[in-house]
Amino acid sequence: MRLLFGSCFTLLIAAAVGLGATWFTLTRGVAFGALTIGAWKAWPKSGSADIDPYARAMIARTGELPTGMGDGVAFYARTDDVGNAFDGRCTFSISGLTPTARYWTVTLYTPEGRLVANTVDRHGFTSEEIVRDNDGRFTITVAPLARPGNWLPTGGIEQFVLVWRLYDTPIGVAIRTTKEGPMPAIERKGC
Amino acid sequence: MVRGLLWILAAILLGGIVHLSTVLAMPQAAKQDAYSRLAPLTPVNAMVPLAPTKAGVEIMPFMDPAFATAVCRYDLTTGPLKLIAPVSQAYTSVTFYTRRSVAYYAINDRAAGRRTIELDLMTAAQHAEVPEDEEVTAADRLIIESPTTMGLIVLRALAPEPGLMPMARGALAAAKCGIQSQQ
Repeated sequence: MRLLFGSCFTLLIAAAVGLGATWFTLTRGVAFGALTIGAWKAWPKSGSADIDPYARAMIARTGELPTGMGDGVAFYARTDDVGNAFDGRCTFSISGLTPTARYWTVTLYTPEGRLVANTVDRHGFTSEEIVRDNDGRFTITVAPLARPGNWLPTGGIEQFVLVWRLYDTPIGVAIRTTKEGPMPAIERKGC
Repeated sequence: MVRGLLWILAAILLGGIVHLSTVLAMPQAAKQDAYSRLAPLTPVNAMVPLAPTKAGVEIMPFMDPAFATAVCRYDLTTGPLKLIAPVSQAYTSVTFYTRRSVAYYAINDRAAGRRTIELDLMTAAQHAEVPEDEEVTAADRLIIESPTTMGLIVLRALAPEPGLMPMARGALAAAKCGIQSQQ
């Protein structure tokens, strides 16, 4: 009787622990080998055959196709440089320089990876269309209401994710240090 | 007391096994992975342009809206596949994915080094059957080995600004993929 009770209890706990851990890791996005530059995180190996099992499971669940390693590398940011979570009702500025790449794009998504509808049909910028100042620096203002310059509308959503994609770049393949790969700084300006 | 602790230890160990096996089984069990999403939209072994990425009509999450995309959903059962893709003015890349969305190979226009990207895709078994002399005479022929019989080839062309999207889509429209005819 005691054995039966014990094994039932064990199996129940095992199922709860195992499934709970799987759910937690896949929804929270636990992946190994992140390349972190400021608030930006990339997983270059997720774009190759060396992808780890957690990233594989996550990609299968979300239905996305990762950026291939020979194509480019995608950096994700969910907070500013000091850790304030991205809130579409606040204003954030992204400024500075980018690592070496032939082209880059920056795109604003919902946490699920969808684009946010807005009146100006603007979801991001490419390296070619962004307005820069004389020394090549740029500032993007991420805000719910229209701003002069490079305005990226948030649509006022509660949470958003920024994805910076570098195409044809040595970052993630040859370079893994912060010094050689500066990423733009992110700062919250107000709510 | 000791017996109780042993039961808990066993539960945690078993829980670890459940966790690892569910993570490993997830790619096989996923019903909404990229391949499943594209299957109803794309024929097999043909290059098809996808509808522009717009808010509310995304086929997959985290697609780059600055790119025009075309997909060739392949099945190598009947023979190797040939891919011909003219490069656009800005930036063009080809990424190969397995049936389970693993990006096993990617190449861009500059690495391909020509005005057209030409590739042969085959399984390891089909590659072994390619006569050796043929491989030598066609030294500049790029052969990619697919780890799975089925998968996806995704062709992406950048529109550096929104007005250039028709140019990018036009470049993709000329891309072809199909099973090689027997010589």
